[in-house]
Amino acid sequence: MSEIAIIKYNAGNVQSVLHALERLGKTAIWTDDPEKIRQAERVIFPGVGEASTAMRHLQERGLDQVIRALQQPVLGICLGLQLFCRHSEENDTACLGIFDVDVRKFNAGAERLKVPHIGWNTLQDFRGPLFEGVPESSFVYFVHSYFAEKTVDAVATTEYGKPFAAALQRDNFYAVQFHPEKSGETGDRILDNFLKIK
Amino acid sequence: MLAKRIIPCLDIKDGQTVKGIQFENLRHAGDPVELAEAYARLGADELVFLDITATQEGRGTLVELVRRIAKVLNIPFTVGGGIRSIAEVEALLQAGADKVSVNSAALRRPVLLDEMAKYFGNQCIVLAVDGRPNEQGEWFAYLNGGRILTENRVLDWVREATERGAGEVLFTSMAHDGTKGGFALDITRAVSEAVSVPVIASGGAGEASHFLDVFKTGKADAALAASVFHFGEIQISSLKNYLFEHGISVRK
Repeated sequence: MSEIAIIKYNAGNVQSVLHALERLGKTAIWTDDPEKIRQAERVIFPGVGEASTAMRHLQERGLDQVIRALQQPVLGICLGLQLFCRHSEENDTACLGIFDVDVRKFNAGAERLKVPHIGWNTLQDFRGPLFEGVPESSFVYFVHSYFAEKTVDAVATTEYGKPFAAALQRDNFYAVQFHPEKSGETGDRILDNFLKIK
Repeated sequence: MLAKRIIPCLDIKDGQTVKGIQFENLRHAGDPVELAEAYARLGADELVFLDITATQEGRGTLVELVRRIAKVLNIPFTVGGGIRSIAEVEALLQAGADKVSVNSAALRRPVLLDEMAKYFGNQCIVLAVDGRPNEQGEWFAYLNGGRILTENRVLDWVREATERGAGEVLFTSMAHDGTKGGFALDITRAVSEAVSVPVIASGGAGEASHFLDVFKTGKADAALAASVFHFGEIQISSLKNYLFEHGISVRK
């Protein structure tokens, strides 16, 4: 049985997550085998890519059902967070529905926001095991054009034009919009916290 | 609040950094991996590696170097220099680069930006533009590290490129690069207002106040510099303190 499984699908940037785990002294397997995913102690669902293509890929392989049924701690990163939500505005995509929240696009026009939201931004109002020992207003690294609205499942908030969900949690499902694997010491801490969740 | 980014740029040739980088407490100042780690510790928000290797063998070395950097670096980094094909981009991203920058190849064949964005998403595509004003003060983009003038006006080109798929613009004023007299504020501001993606300003950094100017007046989202950091003329931590005291959001 493997300790950490990273779900293999067509939305990439897995290398940097693997490297971050290595820096924390952990190894992981990168797999789309449902049995290996089910049996792992932790599951990480990273992703950089486009929502509808990624969802179709997951559905074709039955991984959408596998993910929804997972019982162990699961961490979605970036597109992973968005796919855990109900629906994404990105190509009008029905997502996994683990979090009861919709994903919208930042509005570049009205608020003169630069989109994508790229760079280091602060975490506010955070709570829960992922953020143990993280100082208030810590900076983490974001790269995204779509965001999950701040609702009851939000366990961290970041402001870009308006507040959005920087992290979500429901039961054993955790998700972060930023990239902990690229967020310096704060990111290392958050990943390490995820690995230590009981 | 979103922080303004400070980005050191490292020139790479045959897998080593070029220009006599003077860094204390480094055993091998020419080793990009060790230097990258040092910059991350010192508070750099991101790094750019610009490959100036001319040969094909050197390109293979670059991919291997990117792999080594990705293993140790816990902040984002961009790789650029002579990239002209989807296959090259794929190799660099798979090796662990967060973004790639394209310059001449996109000017020669703009549809490359559409293709790159389609395959990899615009968040990892940085359009690098080298610009210089003509005698009438109109800014044009240059090819091949600034050697060949094109017919592309800078503002038209950045608009087109970001519509095609560039997710960020790295604008270098060749008229200011190396002068240490400050960034090109007016054109940087015009670029920043012309596009809806983040803009990295480059060329001309000599002292801390230049960074303040390019964020406040130039409306840049990030500022890139090389020699002032490599030679220790500006410490990143004191630069950030200075910017913070002057009301700029920085990551400390």
